[in-house]
Amino acid sequence: MSTAFLYALVGTGLFALGLYALIVHAHLLRKILALNIMGSGVFMVLVALAKRTGDAPPDAVPHAMVITGIVVAVSATALALTLMLKLNAKSGHAELPDDRRE
Amino acid sequence: MGAVFTEFPWGVILILLPVTGGILCFLWPQIAKITGLFIVFVVALLVVGLAWQIFNNGVYRHAVGGWGAPLGVDLYADGLSLLMLAITALVGMGVSVYSAAYFKHEQAAQFWPLWLLLLAALNALFLSADIFNVYVTFELMGLAAVALVALAGSREALGAAMRYLLAALLGSLAYLLGVALLYHGFGTVDIALLVERAEPSPVIWAALGLMGAGLLLKTALFPLHFWLPPAHASAPTPVSALLSALVVKASFYILLRLWLEIFDPLVGGAGVEQLLGLLGAAAILWGSVQALRQTRLKLLIAYSTVAQVGYLFLAFPLVAAAGVSAWSAVTYLVLSHALAKAAMFMAAGNLLCFGGHDRITDLDRVVQRLPLTAAAFALAGVSIMGLPPSGGFIGKWLLLEAALMQGRWDLVAVMILGGLLAAGYIFKVLGYAFTQADISHESKAVPASMEWTALLLACGAILLGFLAVPVLSLVGIGDPFGIGEVRP
Repeated sequence: MSTAFLYALVGTGLFALGLYALIVHAHLLRKILALNIMGSGVFMVLVALAKRTGDAPPDAVPHAMVITGIVVAVSATALALTLMLKLNAKSGHAELPDDRRE
Repeated sequence: MGAVFTEFPWGVILILLPVTGGILCFLWPQIAKITGLFIVFVVALLVVGLAWQIFNNGVYRHAVGGWGAPLGVDLYADGLSLLMLAITALVGMGVSVYSAAYFKHEQAAQFWPLWLLLLAALNALFLSADIFNVYVTFELMGLAAVALVALAGSREALGAAMRYLLAALLGSLAYLLGVALLYHGFGTVDIALLVERAEPSPVIWAALGLMGAGLLLKTALFPLHFWLPPAHASAPTPVSALLSALVVKASFYILLRLWLEIFDPLVGGAGVEQLLGLLGAAAILWGSVQALRQTRLKLLIAYSTVAQVGYLFLAFPLVAAAGVSAWSAVTYLVLSHALAKAAMFMAAGNLLCFGGHDRITDLDRVVQRLPLTAAAFALAGVSIMGLPPSGGFIGKWLLLEAALMQGRWDLVAVMILGGLLAAGYIFKVLGYAFTQADISHESKAVPASMEWTALLLACGAILLGFLAVPVLSLVGIGDPFGIGEVRP
């Protein structure tokens, strides 16, 4: 098993871990962090799989994709944090309103 | 003169203009309304220009910056993309005129930049030729849409926007992981190149699972629809119309594209179509029953969207034998639902503005007091129920015919039951609209432009029922459904 493949596997693991945390945790900050970890997992897969064969220089296109992805992730996180703060200011707690209580 | 028009890069301007307009509206909020309206109408003209170009030159392809497919970002438009751009421009104009009267002061200053950015993202999405670009446009669209939902400012709206954002981001990340796998497997993100290189392999299945799950979550197919009703119901009315009419269709469009071009030739017939059809049938029944149970008008309309999305997925199991007529049905359902649902949300917004509430049982003789709005709701309802003559009828009829031809009585039963339930929830609203409520409320005047735009869009959904031949021949340009013929 090559190192690059190992990195890709770890990336998939991070994705799964983030998904689990996104579902089980109620606090919005934890959900936002979980999404960021999922994103990091995807980026890691992209970077790791860019190295195709032994000594050849890695493919640069996935790296460009990761840069784009990071920009998107930063903006999305900023929007999510702002929304969380606004929701906290209105309702007093940073959790999603539960469907069953309505 | 003609050469200038046929060579003009309409697609590029379709994306750049709304982005520029959005920034202008953000910098100078005083002129936001005028700028916004102007740009939306210019975008509509640009779509006409692009249509003219496609009629003359065939499929539109533009290499941005002159780089070309493997490395650069290509723009691509065939008949299907053109129809989606056209419906976006049409609904966009209606929503813009409506919003000009609906939003006041500060809210207007926040609405116009976000709406123009959303428009740019939608146009870019329908013009995208590579799957990574689609991811970027999804994120642009999602962020703008979430911010628009949060504009309402209430606690429900903020909670719904948050839930919507989490669902949209999760969908995008699953999609992106699928893109990573496809790129690793076949060394390209360009859809046309992927079609040439892709071959059946575990990578294809993994990518289909991830991208499919992400797109279904964004399209809100049952049981992944949980985020849709609160977000669509608590957003400001013009935003609800945009979300239900256009944003949900955008992810469906990508799903359809990827399925038709990449996945269907490789994994078709392995049961994925049947699963999508089953979920679609469940969505129709569940969404319609939930709509019938709602006491608030906007929630009822939002659940109706969940049900109508289900119809789009019924086509997947029927295509193998029915071929193009099932895809024509889908195209028709997408177009007519966009017009009818936008009109319906606008009518609901008028009632909300008129009476200050949207409780269905307290609709106090609105038929006499707001006849245009009531007519808009009823006409949009005709298309949603699928009664002739309307766009919804053509779509559902083509679908029903395909199901009957193949003896899929289960799907026929679901479609008929869905139609009856839709009639149930629409007549429930109309019934209360005719009668006097127990408690009468103070009413406020509704601007005429808000009533007329709702009525005009509803009339558009009906008119679509008479335009089947031109629309269906338009969608065949560039052969998006891979059948090699233009007419069904």
